[in-house]
Order: sequence, then C-alpha cells, then structure tokens
Amino acid sequence: MSSATTPPDSDPTGRRRVHSMLKLYYGLNEEGTAAEQAESLDPCDINGPHFDPEVYLNKLRKDCSLCELMDHESCMVKQIRSLDSDMQTLVYENYNKFISATDTIRKMKNDFKKMEDEMDCLSANMAAITEFSARISGTLQDQHAQITKLSGVHTLLRKLQFLFELPARLNKCLELQAYAQAVSAHRRARCVLQQYSHMPSFRGIQDDCHVIMEQLAQQLRQKFRDGGSSAKDLSECVELLLQLDEPAEELCDKFLSHAQSRLEADLQGLEFIDRGCNEFVSSLCLVIASYQELFINRPQEGELASKNIPEMANGKLHVFVDTLAARYFSLVERRIQEEKGVGDNSLLVRALDRFHRRLQAITKLLPGSAVPSHGTEIVVRAARERIKQYLSALQTFYHDSLTDVRQALAAPRLAVGGASASGELLTSLSNFILNQLKSVLASVHLFTAKDITFSNKPYFKGEFCSQGVREGLVVSFIKFICQSSRQYCESAGDRGGSTPPALLLLLSRLCLDYETSTISYILTLTDEQFLVQHHTPVTPVTALCAEAREAAQKLLNHYVKVQGLIISQMLRKSVETRDWVNTIEPRNVRAVMKRVVEDTTSIDVQVGLLYEEGVRKAHSSDSSKRTFSVYSSSRQQIRYAPSYTPSAPMDTNLLSNIHKLFSERIDIFSPVEFNKVSVLTGIIKISLKTFLECVRIRTFGRYGLQQIQVDCHYLQMYLWRFVSDENLVHFLLDEIVGSAAHRCLDPSPMEQSVIEVICERG
Amino acid sequence: MERCFPFQTSVTVYKAYTRVESDANTIARALTAQTAETDAIRFLVGTQSLKFDNQITNEPKRLSSENRVLTCAAVWRMPPEWESGSHESPDDSSNNPQTLELLCHLDNTAHGSVACVLWEPLGDGKRVISLAENHVLLWDLQESSTKATISSTATLEGKGQLKFTAGKWSPHHNSTQLVTANDTAIRGWDLRSMSQIYCIENAHGQLVRDLDFNPNKQYYLASCGDDCKVKFWDVRHINEPVKCLEEHSHWVWSVRYNHSHDQLLLTGSSDSRVILSNMVSISSEPFGHLVDDDDLSDNEENQQEDKGKEPLQDSIIATYEEHEDSVYAVEWSAADPWLFASLSYDGRLVINRVPRALKYRILL
Repeated sequence: MSSATTPPDSDPTGRRRVHSMLKLYYGLNEEGTAAEQAESLDPCDINGPHFDPEVYLNKLRKDCSLCELMDHESCMVKQIRSLDSDMQTLVYENYNKFISATDTIRKMKNDFKKMEDEMDCLSANMAAITEFSARISGTLQDQHAQITKLSGVHTLLRKLQFLFELPARLNKCLELQAYAQAVSAHRRARCVLQQYSHMPSFRGIQDDCHVIMEQLAQQLRQKFRDGGSSAKDLSECVELLLQLDEPAEELCDKFLSHAQSRLEADLQGLEFIDRGCNEFVSSLCLVIASYQELFINRPQEGELASKNIPEMANGKLHVFVDTLAARYFSLVERRIQEEKGVGDNSLLVRALDRFHRRLQAITKLLPGSAVPSHGTEIVVRAARERIKQYLSALQTFYHDSLTDVRQALAAPRLAVGGASASGELLTSLSNFILNQLKSVLASVHLFTAKDITFSNKPYFKGEFCSQGVREGLVVSFIKFICQSSRQYCESAGDRGGSTPPALLLLLSRLCLDYETSTISYILTLTDEQFLVQHHTPVTPVTALCAEAREAAQKLLNHYVKVQGLIISQMLRKSVETRDWVNTIEPRNVRAVMKRVVEDTTSIDVQVGLLYEEGVRKAHSSDSSKRTFSVYSSSRQQIRYAPSYTPSAPMDTNLLSNIHKLFSERIDIFSPVEFNKVSVLTGIIKISLKTFLECVRIRTFGRYGLQQIQVDCHYLQMYLWRFVSDENLVHFLLDEIVGSAAHRCLDPSPMEQSVIEVICERG
Repeated sequence: MERCFPFQTSVTVYKAYTRVESDANTIARALTAQTAETDAIRFLVGTQSLKFDNQITNEPKRLSSENRVLTCAAVWRMPPEWESGSHESPDDSSNNPQTLELLCHLDNTAHGSVACVLWEPLGDGKRVISLAENHVLLWDLQESSTKATISSTATLEGKGQLKFTAGKWSPHHNSTQLVTANDTAIRGWDLRSMSQIYCIENAHGQLVRDLDFNPNKQYYLASCGDDCKVKFWDVRHINEPVKCLEEHSHWVWSVRYNHSHDQLLLTGSSDSRVILSNMVSISSEPFGHLVDDDDLSDNEENQQEDKGKEPLQDSIIATYEEHEDSVYAVEWSAADPWLFASLSYDGRLVINRVPRALKYRILL
C-alpha cells in the first residue's frame, strides 16, 4: 500500500523512498538516513512508518476545500484499487512458486535416502583398501631404499662420463663449428670442474677444457675479425664471447668497427636513395638494435653490471652512428644535387619521403641522436634547391617562349594576317606562362602533401610556403619577368634595337595585364594552395604590381621611341639626301611621306590589337580640310588679329613666338599612356620633331619649299586622326613649313588650292 | 675686372635675356665666347639667314663664321677699339653694331661644305682646322692673318657618304690631337701624322652632335647626340662610356665643360632646355674643393670640413627653361667661370650664372 502511492511525475524520489525503506527493513545504515528518518517521522506522510490516519484526515479537512477533498478522495480510491490488484497478482505468482518448491523438496528427500546407503558401502571398501596398502608397503620398504641409491649412483656416473667426454665433445664441436653448443657445454661443466679441481683426474679434464676453450675463443675472435659475416653472425659471436668472459669494452669497439666496415661497404655502392634506404639504413638499424640488445639492454649479471657498461656503450654507439650518418648524408646530398631534371618531382619527393621515414626508425631506436634532425635539414635543403631549380627552369621557359613569340612575330609578317596574330600570341604566351607556373606550383605542392612524413615539419608548414614558394618562386619569377622586360629596353636601346618593336609592344601589354590581374591571381592561387601564413614580411601584391606597371611603361616608352626612330630615320634621310635648292616644281607628294603614313597606319593597327583606343580631344569632323600655312603672314593676321594691332603687318617670327607662348611646351620623348592614341601621338611627335630639325639645317629653293608644303599638307591630312590633340600635329607642321620658309632663298609659297589638288590626287 | 662690373651686376641681379636683335630676321645658330679676352665677358653670336648678311654681334678679335649655303668660311678681325678695351656694355654694342673686318676666306670649294672651324686652343693663333664633308683641313694663317693656306689634310674613308658633324681640338698633348664625330662614331686624330688614332664606333645610338674635352683631364671627353644622351669617355678605354646622362627629352646639340671647374657641365638641347650638371665623380676635383698645394695646413682643414659636410653627388644643378625653341649652342664665358650663355633658334640669348650656393661650395 505504501510504495505505490507516489505520484508518477516524482518517480525518482519515490523510488528512492522505497529503496530507503527496504534498507531500513534490512538494517542497513548509510549516511543520509538521518534526513530520511526526520522525514519519515512526519505523521502526515502517507508512506512514512509513523503515519497517523487521524492526523492526516484532520489536516486534509482543515487545509483543503471541498472540491479538493473530493479530488483527493477519488484519487485515493483509485490508488487503493490499483494497490489491491497489484497485491492480488503478487500473491498469485508467489503461490505457484510455493507449490513447485514443495515438490522439489519432496524429491530431494527421496534421493538423499538412496545416497546414504551408498556412502556406507564406500566407507567399508576404503577401510579394506587401507589395510591392504599398509601390508604391501611393509613388504616393499627395503627394496625401495636400494633403488633410490642405485639411481643416485647412475646420475653421478652420467655426470662423470659427461665430464670425461667433455674434451672430446668440445673438440668435435670445434670441428663442426658448433660454437654455441660448445660454450653451453663448457659453462655447465665449468663450476663442477672448478669445485673438484683438487683431484688430479678432474684437474686434467679442466686443463684440457681450458685449452680447447682457449682455441674456441681464438676461433671466434678470428671469425669476428674476419668481417664478411652478417650482422646476425656477428652478434652471435659477440654473445658467445661475452659468455666466455671476454672484456666487454674491447668487444664494443670491435663490434662497432666491424659494423662500420660493413656499412661503409654499403655506402660505397650507394647510388640511389632507394637503395640507401633499403640497405644502409636498415642494416644500420639492425646494428643498432643488436648492439643495444647485446650491450645495453641485457639484464646485467655478475661482474658486467659493476662496470657501468650501458653508459659507455651508449656513448660509443652515438659516436658511431653519427659518423656513419654524416657520411651517408653527404652521399645523399650529393645524389640529390645531381637530381637536376625538373620533370619528375614526384619521384624526388617520394625518395625524400622514404629517406625521411627510414630515419624516423633510427629516432625510435636511438632517441637522443641528432641523425633525424640532420636528415630533416637535408630534406629542407633539397626542397630549397628544388625551388631554385624550378625558378631557373621557369626563367628558361620564359626565354624560350619569348623566342618562339619572336619567331612567330617575324615569320607571319609577310603573310596577310601577320598583324592580327599578335593578340593571339599575347594570350597564348600569357597562358603558356601561367600554365607552366601552375604546373610548377603543383609539383612543388607535392612537398607539402599530407601523406609525406616531413610535410608537417614546421619548416614545410611555414617558411617553405611563404619564403620558399611564395617569395622564392612566384615573386622572384614575376620580378624576373619585369626585370628581363626592362632589359629589353636598355640593351637594345643603343645598338639600333635588336628587339622587334612588336615584341616590345607585346611585352608591355603582358606586363600591364600582370599588373591589372595576373599577379594578384597568381599570388592568391599560391596562398590558397599552400595556406601561406605570413609569419615573415612578404612582398605585397601592390609592390609587384607597381613594378610590373613600371616595366610596362618602360617598354611602351621604348616602343614609341623605337618606332618613332624608324620613321624619323626615313624622314631624315629623305630631307638630308635631297638637293632642295635645285628641285623641280612639286607634282606629287613624295613617296616617303606616303610611306610614313602607311607605317603609321600599320603601327596604329598593331597597337590597336593590344591597347584600347584612349581618349582624344574633340576635333572638328573635317579636320583634314583645315588649311594651314603659318609662313603666310596674311593668315597669321587673321588668326591673331583680335588681340594684336592689325594695322602693322606682323612679322611671322614674332607671331610664331606668340603662338609658342600660348601653346604648351611639347615634350618629345615624354612617357605615354597605356592606350593607342597616346602611343601614336608619341610616335608622330618624335617623327615630326625630327623632320623639323632636319629642315632647319637645309637650304631650300622655291620649289623645295613648295614640296615641303605639299608634304606637310599630306601628312596633316592623314596624321590628325591618330593623335589625341590634332593641334599638336598642326603646330609641328606649321613650324616645319615656317622653318623651311626661313631657309628658303626664294620664299614664294604655293597656292593652297593647288596643294590640296596635289594631295587629293595622292 | 672692374671694367665689366656693370655688366656683371646686371646679370647677378637677374638672369639676362638678350635678344639678338639685328634686323627683322634673326635665326641664330652659332655662339662662342671670346676666348682671347680675359677681362670682359663677351659672347659672339652667329646668325643663320639667307636674306641678309649674316651678322656676328658682340664681335671678338677673331671669329670663325660659317655659312652652310655658301660652303665657305672666313677669318675676321674684331674692331680695333675693342682690342684696346672699350667700356661698352653688350647692350650698347647691339645698339650700334660694328662691322667686322674680313681678313681672309678659307678657300675650300674643293672639299664641300664646312661643318665646323676650330682655332688652335693654345699658341699664337696661327693655325685653324676646318672640317668639310669628310675632310680634315689644317690651315696655316700667314702674316697678319690675311692669307690662309692648307698645310695638311686628312680624309675619312669608308662606306657610303661620310660626313663630319662635329669636331674639337684637344687642348692637351701640345695641341696635337683632334677629335671628330661622324654619324654615330667618334674618331681621334693625330695632327702630326694626320692619321686616325682611335675610333669609338656607335658612341651614340644616333648622330653625335657635339664634343668637348675636359680641360683638366687629358683623356676625358664628353659627347652628346640625337639619342638624348650625354656620354663621358676615357679615350684610353673606349669600349664603354665612363658615365652616361639621360636628362634631355630631345636631341642634345651642345655640350661644354666649364673651363676651370670641370665638374660643371652645360648641355643644350632641342627640347628647349639648358641643363647645368655637376659631375663630381669624374671631375678633377673629386670632392668639390680645389687642391691647394701651397697651403697644406689649410688643405687639411678643408679635408676635415669635407668629412663634416656631405660630399657632392653627381646631380643636375639646374634646368633652364627660358628658351622657347630649340637650343643649338651653349658656351661658358671666357672671363668669368661662373657665367654662361645659351642661344636658341629664335635668336634669344640667355645669360645665366651658376647658383651662388654651389659656387661657394666649390670654392670653399
């Protein structure tokens, strides 16, 4: 009744209460019972042992309203009912168990009766057996003592026989080279012989044995000294010698020296890291292991313990391993340095990985050794070396592809689509370079792959990525591109320019592209691939971009200079070689002017393929029709009339000076902007300025001047469309005609209409 | 020095702009300093015109003039009153030009047009060299310079039409060396044997326009050309220039060493600029002070001071942009080492001074 009254939602507390009650019943005292008791003393607790129904009822009646009371009552009734049914099932179950238990007990009673009878019988038999056995032992007692004695004698005799046969046996062992057997036999006999050495016969045996063992030791040492035998054989030898009480230190030395000679033999033949890993390192490990087993880890017994051998041996071992490893490493390094080919990086990485992995084994065997760290250093050095090689490979690749581009530029020049190829060449060149860079990055990335043991070393996580790959490879390469581009400007500048101008233009565009997008792309790619964490200061993208832009600017300036020079040379030759005094009346535009316009047009096309149009100052729709002639003072007057006194005829020189006063100074070889118009303006400026200077040191006849007029008009008709500010062209052409007029013996200009007709005609 | 004081002050206060105003047409190309005159500051300007008689203003005692059209050269005598040392200022002289006395023509019709005429730098002025087409002509002037005869010639042989563009008579080696420029090459000549002694091929990327000898270092030579560069050569090692300046933005037409302080270098270019540079590293005065053998203690003090102040670097001292057309000639004054003139196509002669601060640094 009491246990089931707990409300279902407070189940844990209810269960604990039941539990505590059970405990109480069985008299188990625990801590915390005091609190329980205090609780259970409450007469209102319906589950407590001190429950008083009267008090409870009174309390309920006092506390609750009628409605609550009704509820309480119905709840109580429900609980009572459920408790009743529980009780019933319990009783029923227990009843069944009682019945089966009674059956079992009854059965057992019957069985025990049967058993009692049999036990009686058994005890009677045992008594009989005891009696018999006592009788037998009484009769056999004498013989037993005799047999014991006899067997004792027998064993003694066997031992003696062993002793007597010992020399012969040892000899035989010696012959068969069964050293281990001989040593164990001798060891067994040694104490006995020692003990009975005062008896002459034993003495003889002992001496014999000594001689033989001496021989044996000799042979062992001989074998030991011979070398040639495997590490296992050696360790066996050493073990036997140790058992023969040879001095341990000497053995250590000898053992190591033997191992050394054998391992060095390995090193001599060592060609590849693979072999080195497989043979040298494994046999080194074997030596270490066996050595440790022999000298260090052996449980010390007897006098060996007192000599403090482990420390001595350990020291020797370290020295030994270090010297050998140093030689091994130097070989490995030499081998790695021979690995110049760039293609098979995965092989190298695998080899280095294996190398590193094997050295880890040595770490495990020999915790304090410096060998693995040296090994890691080698790997690091190899990685660095590799990066350098990749950089130089990239550089040669870049040069090669530039040579290709140069050939491609030279070859199809004759073909029709020659000029249009330069755009494609640019994209293919930049794609080539980018792909090559990516593949190199991928190869280098192998160094940091997850399955490579050394990739989680701090060097490969930090410095390798940031200093090595990012700075050493990518940044250096970009810098190299800029640098080599700049070299094109400098080296070719003086000696007439061996670099084709188209290449200059192409490189300039390449550098510009690098500045705008490629550099940041490459660096982001690198950073992502290698998860570069910038511990150390690295070259920022902006600095690289600035460098690329500078290179692009330089190249473009140089391009303008070279192209301007080509055209100016043409103009200069044409002015200098002609006899301007005695020339005929102009009928045509000179061929060289047509050539200049043609060349300018082709340059325009060439630049247009790679650079945008650019802005030009607004000009009238029909600029080509502009009539210009500075030398004629009448026109000058019209132009300047508003601001100057129109009454006096103004001298042309003054007017041209005034003109100059108001126009900006023209910088001939000034830097150009990255667009077509600016480039063309630069080229035309250079050409026309040359024309001007050449005209000034010549002397013209009447028709010479007129020819210059025609030429300038022609140039003006065609060149204005290329430049950003047509006034510039006009100004320079005006200057040319004006200067020619000054140098003219008979300055009588041609009619503007005639000039136009000649120019229209072509 | 007192006599030219008024002129000097006028320049010191401000840069003097002098227009060569002779008549309507003044296209000027030639400029030289009056080398024989050591007291007055006087420059000679040659004009280039066809319509009028070419004029030489501020006339000197002796002047070489050339006219490309007439392919002739002549020797002139300066008005005698100047010789006796008049007190005229240049402004006066331009107001009332004096005529030159023609002494003789260098008759070289057989050799083509004259590129330049050179006086013997030292000696009594009896010898003149003219460069015509591809010939070097050495003239001897007869008594009172009224007649010139060719004493020896040399001819430049080679492929194509070779033409001298510039030349300079070396003031060193007892005036036995001449250096000439044709196209991109610079050639040295021995006047005793009239044979070539060295040749710097491709000295400039394009035409070589002018040459000048370092007045204090006998093997040093400056050249300038159409590649906008000024190059310095040690003629003993002609494979590489000692130094190269690239400051102008168009052809450099003229280069001149200062006569007494050879770190000061003047260049004029058709970008209308005149640049005064301080080439300390290749000058005979490495750290900007004159070596004074007489006063050793003072010298030491100077050296200590030098350690205190930073040694002067090769640098541009100033860029003069007063000209509005191509500058074809620049020249140092013969009398005042701190004064120089430059002449542009439009006939404007600008006289400038070395900045005072630099002057004191060089002197002290």
